[in-house]
Amino acid sequence: MGKSRVHLRITDAAADTKQLSHVDAKDLMPIPLDWDEKEFTPIKDTTREELACILDDTTILPIPRPKNKKEEDELVEKFIKGMEKLFTPENNWTMYSQLITTMEHCAKCNTCSESCHIYEASGENEMYRPTYRSEVFRRVYKKYVKKEVLSGWRNGDIDLNWRTVARLGEMAYRCNLCRRCAQTCPIGADNGLIAREIRKIFSQELGIAPPELHEKGSMLQMKVGSSTGMSDLVVKDNIEFIDEDFSETTGFQFKTPWDVEGADILLIHNAGEILAWPENIAAFAIIFEKAGLSWTLSSEIAGYDSINYGVFYDDVQAARTAILHAKAAKKLGVKKIVLGECGHAHKALTVIADRVLPDELKIPRESCFPLLRDIVFSGKIKFDPSRNDFPVTLHDPCNLTRLMGIIKPQREVIQYLCPQFREMKHHGPHNYCCGGGSGFAIMSRGNIPEWRFKIAGRKKLEQILEAFADCRGENTRKYVCAPCSNCKGQIRDIFEHYNLFAGEKMIYAGLVELIVNAMADINPGFIKWEEAE
Amino acid sequence: MSTIVYVVAYVALLVFIGAVARRAIKYLNNPVHLRWELYPVAHEGKGRDVYGGSYLEDVDWWKKPREVSMVNELKVMVPEILFLKAVWEHNRPLWYSTYAFHLGLYLASAFIALMIGGAIAQAAGAPPDAGALAILFVTIPSILGPVAFSLTILGSLLLLHRRLTNEAMRIYSSPGHFFNLALFIIAMGLALASWQTHDPTFSHLRGFLANLMTFQLAAFDNPLFAAQLLVAFGLLAYIPLTHMAHFFMKYFLYHDIRWGDESNAQGAYSARIATVLSYPVAWSAAHVKGTGKNWAEVATFNPTAEPAAKPAATKE
Repeated sequence: MGKSRVHLRITDAAADTKQLSHVDAKDLMPIPLDWDEKEFTPIKDTTREELACILDDTTILPIPRPKNKKEEDELVEKFIKGMEKLFTPENNWTMYSQLITTMEHCAKCNTCSESCHIYEASGENEMYRPTYRSEVFRRVYKKYVKKEVLSGWRNGDIDLNWRTVARLGEMAYRCNLCRRCAQTCPIGADNGLIAREIRKIFSQELGIAPPELHEKGSMLQMKVGSSTGMSDLVVKDNIEFIDEDFSETTGFQFKTPWDVEGADILLIHNAGEILAWPENIAAFAIIFEKAGLSWTLSSEIAGYDSINYGVFYDDVQAARTAILHAKAAKKLGVKKIVLGECGHAHKALTVIADRVLPDELKIPRESCFPLLRDIVFSGKIKFDPSRNDFPVTLHDPCNLTRLMGIIKPQREVIQYLCPQFREMKHHGPHNYCCGGGSGFAIMSRGNIPEWRFKIAGRKKLEQILEAFADCRGENTRKYVCAPCSNCKGQIRDIFEHYNLFAGEKMIYAGLVELIVNAMADINPGFIKWEEAE
Repeated sequence: MSTIVYVVAYVALLVFIGAVARRAIKYLNNPVHLRWELYPVAHEGKGRDVYGGSYLEDVDWWKKPREVSMVNELKVMVPEILFLKAVWEHNRPLWYSTYAFHLGLYLASAFIALMIGGAIAQAAGAPPDAGALAILFVTIPSILGPVAFSLTILGSLLLLHRRLTNEAMRIYSSPGHFFNLALFIIAMGLALASWQTHDPTFSHLRGFLANLMTFQLAAFDNPLFAAQLLVAFGLLAYIPLTHMAHFFMKYFLYHDIRWGDESNAQGAYSARIATVLSYPVAWSAAHVKGTGKNWAEVATFNPTAEPAAKPAATKE
């Protein structure tokens, strides 16, 4: 079984070939599921004519294919200009220290390779090794930007042409930015960072980014208030409907407070939850109301949508979004912002924004999970854990765990409320990404979903199936707690693709749903198994 | 010949110190960067270091005192430095060769430290080869030196073999990698040969170091001894100019980046943040709209906002 990894070289990134590599279905990592994996649906010829799809079997970053030599040269020139800016403290103060140290000190020992779920799931395809894109990028930097003496001899050679540039751009979108590789590096180098830095060159200099992240993501959020397209009026209308609907089904009357000046808490959800998982929104409201908290939602621009897609591809957009969130809180004069179940929003506003917000916009920001833990153990709400007596496992969103260290609060809740809880094999800060991280979860163009299921999400699928090894099949209902909107989107799509809803009676949802489902004084059956299945 | 060796030694020492200082100072002068920590963060207190938790696990974390433990850091750093724990856990096949190499260098460093100690004693008029000092400055180095040189050679050969025969490593290796390993083999080989044939108690080496410290450039005429010194000092100057500078830069990579979790809640970074927000922005993409603006202006600009309507022209 000849794997494509055998013959790939770093210099091949510049080669005049139709595509750099291919992933054959037979090379994919085996999964504990009786499933006939199909080959990738070929990229359409019209797409190949329009876009530079020359990396693998899919295309994520829409780089216009150069039509002539002039356009080829322009692409290279712009990329190099962007690279030069990336390596200046003024233009890239945000990540300058991290970038330079990773560029200069990687020993090329490949210790990080085994940690990467994409590399492993692809059958160890060389193109997906965490060091491959970094090494191409490093060689281009040393030879064409830093212009080191004897660069080829010292660092290894590389040719720079439009193909190198286009492949680097696409390779930057074959990484979930989960940084599991960085966690294993003996030196502290960070190949996940390099993927994000390449994304920044394309967005901030060339103006090229996946439309889901940019036009339909951060730009739409800044324009109407949310990447879902919901204006403040629409979002209020939707929440009102959720309030009414779940007041009726739970038997607990509640009304979500809006724009309460001076409230203790401004809760910001990922607005995608409102449309896709309204039960999550309702659960938060029920818990907060039952606990007697002083809280509010905001109808300010971006104040009702915690997403910050800038953290996936563009520092400018990330800073702008974080500032909008802080301004919404400042306008209401709340005491703090609490983030709902969304991993990247947690990191963006709590950790990344920490060194973006000027003093006048500083506002305390925290995760919902410690607060939920304190509520559950406060005695204010009576619980009946027997309502959650089904197998439950917990998916750890990378942004929340590996990148923020919020590990225990959600576990304390779940261990208390779910008698059949079991951990996945690698969990906490050592978890595996769901495969939807860094924006992939919201992408469904072309055959991107196939790449998400077969490669990026494959390790998570294996982990989930192994966690339920003792209760496989359609006779036992199983619950994957995934307290993050993007992760839920990815897990939903994986479940659908591999027929796990029906075949394994498996559902996914967040933590708050489990909490409300176990509340003794609301109507039983908050978790709707039949609807999910 | 000996004068050239002394000159090379002084120049190499200056290059080594200068290169290390330059890298460190350059790093310290970098602008403040975004937080980019990775958990587990070793210095976390309250037992959180064990499971990878953080102070963000507390409600109202900004109101609570931080518990930071230097002991916890040492519990991670010591095994990492002494035993290359990350390689052991994540790349076992490489560990055997790289550990032999690194252990050889650690022992060589200890050997050099003892030789410098002996040289200081000698320069100060205390014979290092007499009494109790002899154990520390003669007996131990006489064993330590050859073991260190041999282990480094063995490790270098094993690494060379791995870079040549393991396809994944070969793809990523440059001619420079092979040169570096060859340089270590030559340097340690010469040291071993010099010890074997000319300097079995390292008294000549100690004397050379004492002369170097006191600027008494006494002549010597053994070519092997001279060659050993030339290559060794050349290697010393060369290391911090390469990726091997990770031997000290690792401090910043771990402490400032991987474990750099300090929050600005109390304003510790406010001044540095104000500085970077005043930096000019030169990114060219249309949505950045950065021409002539600084980061604060760009970050507070909404590129989707409708442009303000121009006031209608009025007639006089």
